[in-house]
Amino acid sequence: MKKLCYLLLIMLLVGAYPALHAQTGTMPLDPDTAYSDTIPTEIVLRAEDTPNDAGSAITVTWECNDNLPSGLITIVRINGEEESIVAEDLMLTKEQVRDTDVADDKEYSYYGIITSPDNKYYRTKDSNPAKSEAQWFNTDRTDSFVAVLFITLVFVWFIQQAKKGKSFYIRKINGLDAIEEAVGRSTEMGKPIMYILGIGYVTDIPTIAGLTILSRVAKKAAEYDTSVLVPCYDPVVMTTAQEVVKESFTEAGRPDAYQKEDTMYITQDQFGYAAGVDGMMMREKPGAVFLQGLFFAESLILAETGHSIGAIQIAGTTETAQLPFFVAACDYTLIGEEMMAASVYMDKNPLMLGSIVAEDMVKVLIIVILFIGLLLGILGPGLGIDIFNNWFEWLIRII
Amino acid sequence: MIKGKGIPLTITFLTGVIIIVTFFIPHSPFGEFEQTALRWYSIIAGFTMLLGVDSLLRSHIKKFRKKDNNWEYSIVVFIAFAVIVTTGIIATVRTGNAFNTDTSFMYIYNHMIIPLQSTMFSLLAFFIASAAYRAFRARNTDATLLLITAIIVMLGRVPISDRFIPAVPALTEWIMSVPQMAAKRGIIIGIALGAIGVSLRIILGIERSYLS
Repeated sequence: MKKLCYLLLIMLLVGAYPALHAQTGTMPLDPDTAYSDTIPTEIVLRAEDTPNDAGSAITVTWECNDNLPSGLITIVRINGEEESIVAEDLMLTKEQVRDTDVADDKEYSYYGIITSPDNKYYRTKDSNPAKSEAQWFNTDRTDSFVAVLFITLVFVWFIQQAKKGKSFYIRKINGLDAIEEAVGRSTEMGKPIMYILGIGYVTDIPTIAGLTILSRVAKKAAEYDTSVLVPCYDPVVMTTAQEVVKESFTEAGRPDAYQKEDTMYITQDQFGYAAGVDGMMMREKPGAVFLQGLFFAESLILAETGHSIGAIQIAGTTETAQLPFFVAACDYTLIGEEMMAASVYMDKNPLMLGSIVAEDMVKVLIIVILFIGLLLGILGPGLGIDIFNNWFEWLIRII
Repeated sequence: MIKGKGIPLTITFLTGVIIIVTFFIPHSPFGEFEQTALRWYSIIAGFTMLLGVDSLLRSHIKKFRKKDNNWEYSIVVFIAFAVIVTTGIIATVRTGNAFNTDTSFMYIYNHMIIPLQSTMFSLLAFFIASAAYRAFRARNTDATLLLITAIIVMLGRVPISDRFIPAVPALTEWIMSVPQMAAKRGIIIGIALGAIGVSLRIILGIERSYLS
C-alpha cells in the first residue's frame, strides 16, 4: 500500500511538472501544443522597414489592447522554415521592437507569443512580410538639411560680397582689445602668461575657438618676449596647442624663444586638472590668465585662484552655466559667440568679416521668426482667434 | 598640384564636407563614416596619451634636475606615478582587470583619488561665496538689480521661504523660467550660429589660424 502511495505521488509530481514549469513563465517551445491560437484580444503585428537607417533593420509594431496592459510579448522572426526569437518578454505597452539582425532585400515576417497576466500563452497571427533596405536620405533631418543649405548660402553670399570689396563693420569687443594690455602687463611685471584651454577635447568647437585665440596671444607674447604656459587636460589638445604656439613664435620671428615644456599635459581628471592648474598659478604667479575653451564645475575654482593672485583675467566659454562665474571672477568675459568671433576680430580679414555679417543676418531672421511667433501665439492660442491659431500651428510645424 | 598648406586645407575641406553629408545620408558607406572617423580619433587619442605622460614627466624631470622653485613637488609626482602604474600592472596580472573592486589599484582610486576629487569640488562652495560677495555689492543700478534678484532666487530655493513668504518660490520660478531662460536661449542661439560660422570658416579654408 505504501509503495502504491509512493508510486501515485511520483506520478502526480511527474504529471504536474509541465504545469509547474508553465507557472514559472518559461516560454513553451512547441507552438502547436503549449499555447492557444485563440487570442482573447486581437493584437496585430505590423512589420516594416526601419525608416532613415543604414539597412539591416525591420521595425515590428503592435497596439496594446486595454484588456492586456500588463501582459508580456515575445517576438519571433519567421525566415522561411527557420524561426528565431527577436526579443523576449517585452511589456506589451512597449508597442514596438527593432529587429537589427536581418539581411537587406530579404522577406521576413513575425509573430508574437503573448503571456497574459494569469500566465496563459497566446499566439498572434503572422505579420505582413517586410524587407529591410538602406535609405539614401534621412527624411527626419529634412529641416536640418534646409537650414544648413540656407545658412551656407547666406555665408557664401556675404563672403562673395567681401571678395568684391564690400567693407563690413564689427563692433568693439572689450575682452579682445584687452589681450594686448594683458600681455603687456605680464611683460612689464616679468611674469609669464597662463593660457587655460579648459577640459574640452579637440573635437569641441569652443576648444577650437580657444586654440585660434591662443595663436594670437602666443604671437603677441613672442613679440613681447614673454613665456606662455599652457596646461592641458587632453593630450590631443596638448599636441595641437604645442604646434599652434610653436608656429606663432616662428611667425613672430622668435622660434628660439619657444619652449615645448611650457605647453604641458596635466591630467585627464577634472578636479585633478583644477588642482594642478591652481598649484601652477600659485607657484608661477602669472601676470595674465586666459581661460578660453570648454569649462564645467572647475571654472570658478580656476577663475577665483587667478583673481586671488591678482592676474588680469580674460575668460570665454560657450557653457552658459559657467558664464556667471566668469563674469563675477574675471576682468573680461567673452560671451559665447564673441569667443567664436575672436579670430575674425583680431585678424580683421574681410572674408572672415563677411562670415560674421552672415551670422548676424541669420540671427535677424531668427528674431523676426520669434517675433512673428510671439504675435501669433498671443492672437491665436492666447486670444483664441482661429485664423491666427492655424497660422501659429503651421509655424510650429515648420520649425 | 596641392602642396604646402594646401594639403591640410584640402583634408579639412573634404573631411568637413563628408561628415556633413553623412549626417543626412544613412546609406553605406556614408552612414558608418562618422563612427569610423570617431574610432580613428580614439586610436590616435590613445597614442597621444603616451605623449601626454612623456610631457608631464619630462617637465618634472627638468624641474627636478635644475632644482627650480618647488622642485620637491616633482618627487611627489614621480612617486605617485610609479605607485599607480605598478599597482595597475600588478592588479592586471593578478586579476586580469585592474578595475576589479578588490584590487590595490582600485583601493588607491577609492580611498585616495575620490576623496581628493571631493575635496577640490568642495572648495567650490568657498569660491562661490567669495565671488558672490564681490558680484552682489550694490555699486550701481545693475549690481543692485542683480543683488535683489539673487536674494529672491536664493530665498526661493530654500524650503523655509515657502512658510514665511509664500510668493517667493513662485517668483523664483518665474525669474528662472522667463527672464533667465530668455537670456540663456538668446546666448545659446548666438553660440549655435557662432559654431556654424567657425565650422564653415574652417571647412572653406578662410579660418587658418589653427594652422598659423
